Amino acid sequence: MSVLVYIDSKGGVAKNSLEAVSYGSQVGGGSAVVVTSGDASNDDLAALGKYGASKVIAHNGDLDGQQTTKLVAEVAQAEGAKVIIFSQDLTGKAVAPRVAVRLNAGFVSGAIELPTSDFKVKVNAFSGKAQSLVKINSDVKVISVLPNSLGVTEGSGSAEVTSFSGDLGSAKVTITEQAEVSGDRAPLPEAELVVSAGRGLKGPENWGIVEDLADALEATTACSRPVADSGWRPHHEHVGQTGVAIRPNLYIAAGISGAIQHLAGVNGGKVIVVINTDPEAPFFKAADYGVVGDAFEVLPRLTEAVKKFKSA
Amino acid sequence: MKILVCISKAPDTTAKINFTDGNTKFDEAGVQYIVNPYDEWYALVRGIELKEANGGTVTTVTVGTAADDPIIRKALAIGADNAVRIDSEAKDAFFTAKQIAEYAKSEGFDLILTGKETINYNGSQVGAMIAELLDLPYVSLATDLQIAGSTATIKREAKGGKETVQVSTPLVLSASKGLAEQRIPNMRGIMAARTKPLNVVSPADVTPLTETVEYSLPPEKGGVKLIDPENMDELVSLLHNEAKVI
Repeated sequence: MSVLVYIDSKGGVAKNSLEAVSYGSQVGGGSAVVVTSGDASNDDLAALGKYGASKVIAHNGDLDGQQTTKLVAEVAQAEGAKVIIFSQDLTGKAVAPRVAVRLNAGFVSGAIELPTSDFKVKVNAFSGKAQSLVKINSDVKVISVLPNSLGVTEGSGSAEVTSFSGDLGSAKVTITEQAEVSGDRAPLPEAELVVSAGRGLKGPENWGIVEDLADALEATTACSRPVADSGWRPHHEHVGQTGVAIRPNLYIAAGISGAIQHLAGVNGGKVIVVINTDPEAPFFKAADYGVVGDAFEVLPRLTEAVKKFKSA
Repeated sequence: MKILVCISKAPDTTAKINFTDGNTKFDEAGVQYIVNPYDEWYALVRGIELKEANGGTVTTVTVGTAADDPIIRKALAIGADNAVRIDSEAKDAFFTAKQIAEYAKSEGFDLILTGKETINYNGSQVGAMIAELLDLPYVSLATDLQIAGSTATIKREAKGGKETVQVSTPLVLSASKGLAEQRIPNMRGIMAARTKPLNVVSPADVTPLTETVEYSLPPEKGGVKLIDPENMDELVSLLHNEAKVI
């Protein structure tokens, strides 16, 4: 089956893009064509061969959503692609639905497993409180892959890289300013390690012990909704049903009781550690490891233990 | 300025999630429906704020049955001027987007707002599909929206940070947390909502492209392992050797 994978390579090839290429090549029976826009080097793009890319068609430079849609749709038609794969990242969310409409294709977003042979795709539903199996009934199919839910299969090989030469028109959405908010830490939706805290921390002035643990682990910081709503932490750190939903490998929650709305945002996480003074806190039921204790004592102790482990 | 806000219903955030009919349908027994929070708190309220500042109208559109009328009245109580309900179950994202696009194409809206996703399907699809069907620009996950004349200046989440973009109206925008502050309807709004127009229109003939064939609950956790708060070395060791996450 002919499979096309789109990846956003602005600022380089991210891990969630490798996951999408890996997924696409497995759907394609071992290989897939990759189309990309961004500024990754030709060497980085050729290295996608290790993940199953047979060739890479690259557009160098920024595109808006409509231009990216045109790029992917034109390459899909030229390649006779029957399945188009995206990562469910920011670009995927904006572009994959458009591509699906343009190609009369059914679209399933946020796949957490490979499709069955009759194209039933498993996704999270009800903000992670359930899963659903969605069947695509159209001839051409579009699937986006939830970041950090499926592994990457790495082999050997090198993909041939060619430049896209068609006309994509001019951008209607122009970027006037860019700012990095998370510094050297991974943004929450893609973060593998997350340290989060809630009202139990008593005030924004106490976040130092959360930051210290995050620094020691090289993790991203997060918080519960009351903390963001009180202005103790920025809104983009709010994890939960009405904030960001995340799927880290490790989620450490201190001073968060674990309301159902918070659990909805984190129960896709692989390993959950809960630190709380109240042994009856509902979060312990969703946790893999629990520490019944005061975050003000436990967090610094855990930070020291992590540092000791890292330097050993 | 003519503003359209897409409103979807969703189960209350505290609702217990269960399924019936051999796990093919969501069990609605005892479930309270609300306006999808991203549609209400951010998309609708920002639309109303822009109308208050610049004049114009805010219309809501919902693909749904008469069972959705209470949540539509809630949107009117918060401050929308009128509502349209396209009289059909919302079958899949493409079906929903196509119905809304068919309604909107001859109405000349300057701005079409959606929430970034619903909290039941989390698909994040309908807004971008409407934009494609109407050949309009789409800006997703907006946290700030300012309009001056026909130019929209929008802050949004971007790879590794945030960015500011400019685009001319008309456009479609999906709302993320921060775009507006939640509003609670007051008694005057609730009374006024009863008499505001809620127009029911017939659906267009659209074939959905996907179907949900089965629901399941996520695998249960095996139970929590409690660690002595004095012994964080043990926790680190378990995270490394047993869980293999550090």
